Amino acid sequence: MPRSIQNKSDRLIGKDGIRVDGRRLDELRPIKMEVGILDKADGSAYIEQGKNKIMVAVFGPREAHPKHVALTDRAVLRCRYHMAPFSTEERRSPAPSRRDMELSKVIREALEPAVISQLYPRTTIDVFAEILQSDGGTRCASITAASLALADAGIPMRDMVAACAVGKVDGEIVLDPCDIEDKNGEADLPVAIMPNLGMITLLQMDGKLSKEEFERGLNMAIKACVEIHGRQREALKNKYLEIERSMEEYGGEEQ
Amino acid sequence: MSATPQLSPIAKMERRTLIDLIESGKRLDGRSPFDYRPIKVRTGIIEKANGSSFVELGKTKVMVGVKVELGEPFEDTPDQGVLTVNVELVPLASPTFEPGPPNENAIELARVVDRGLRESEAIGLGELCLIPGKKVQVIFIDIYVLDYDGNLIDSSALASLAALLTSRIPKYTVKGEDKIEAKGEDAPLPIKNYPIAVTAAKIGGSVILDPSYEEEQVMDARLTITVDKDDKICAAQKGGLGTFHPSEVDSIIDRAISKSSELRSKLLEAVKAGES
Repeated sequence: MPRSIQNKSDRLIGKDGIRVDGRRLDELRPIKMEVGILDKADGSAYIEQGKNKIMVAVFGPREAHPKHVALTDRAVLRCRYHMAPFSTEERRSPAPSRRDMELSKVIREALEPAVISQLYPRTTIDVFAEILQSDGGTRCASITAASLALADAGIPMRDMVAACAVGKVDGEIVLDPCDIEDKNGEADLPVAIMPNLGMITLLQMDGKLSKEEFERGLNMAIKACVEIHGRQREALKNKYLEIERSMEEYGGEEQ
Repeated sequence: MSATPQLSPIAKMERRTLIDLIESGKRLDGRSPFDYRPIKVRTGIIEKANGSSFVELGKTKVMVGVKVELGEPFEDTPDQGVLTVNVELVPLASPTFEPGPPNENAIELARVVDRGLRESEAIGLGELCLIPGKKVQVIFIDIYVLDYDGNLIDSSALASLAALLTSRIPKYTVKGEDKIEAKGEDAPLPIKNYPIAVTAAKIGGSVILDPSYEEEQVMDARLTITVDKDDKICAAQKGGLGTFHPSEVDSIIDRAISKSSELRSKLLEAVKAGES
């Protein structure tokens, strides 16, 4: 990952502890979540976290194609993380990069523990995450949205999965780093948890952290995941409130 | 697209036996939970490479070749050499490995090893710049998995470091704006740090280090912590279908820090012995 800073004296955190985008050290970016945004998918979700804009669709459980990919005792979970060519400063090739392949794997492994896949043997559950605009922390936002889309598809789950990263910038541990902080920071620690079960489903780190910093960062990320989980519940509820509202309207006309 | 892997039916049957065994503090091969298998390190085995190593971790065998070439730097790091890590899961190594382009397991493995080396600044990449923005030395680390009996991350990281420590790179003199000339002599690769990867596996409710193939087949999840020479954590990666409790992560970090210094001195000693 590029780790150059144009000017070494450029600090990303002001003396007052305020970050480049005006946030405090432990403050999330503004988050917007919406569920059921796509017509043809069995489940879908849209998330904005800062400038990140991500759409996730879930198809399934459906018959496995080709047949040999099926497992006899559970559903196969399949995951694709993909960045749109226009999602970054410079155009990206739409072909999957090595990074995309690793992220598809860790995102799948972050969702696997939540999905009760034993209920649907010989089927596949496909999760497609499209990064429409990226601004740091896209793997975590993808997981948060994917879990919403799975719930929207009505797939039985042990818990939701909520994700958030922490970083180290100018020697400080900061929550939910944006792209500039991520690129010029000293460490990045993405985390996903199942909030009700209190279990970690994704944990990665690159950079340099002491044991104490790592554990402090991990705790900060877990706290943020709990907050994000609250927002996920709201987004899901909103969808059903809307359905309820439209049904009331419909019922009103009937009478 | 990444899909849930197929588990061998034998692994499913063995799972209970292995969990019971580990819960009583034992393992199939007689190790205690936090023991590593015997490590053998040989270096300088491929004459045509700039550096090479062959590492055995129990029955797992990994070969690493380091090749150094001239190339261009990345735009955002014009004054730094380039590091590239690639993994080949060679079909010789396992009946489940098939020829073809690297799959997600090979890519993840390469990227975890890469992060450990890069983030600990193991290689003095600044010293590999010849003409800023134009000519630098490019380090290719090619990891060749030859026999797969589990824990490829730790064995590959050890083998990569061993190969780097014994690599020699050509020396150049810069002549004018963009001309360089080989001096016809070589020098050791500048190595500044010694990152060591320690992988823990969770099986049932227990945590073990250095999982064997059988243990990997039945594990719930794994967690790799890469520790540098100053006990700083420079990479982490969770894998597998299961989960970790935060307290398990904390205790694995403690284990990783103490185990890494043990593995590091073992490796440095073996490399030194090989050179003399």
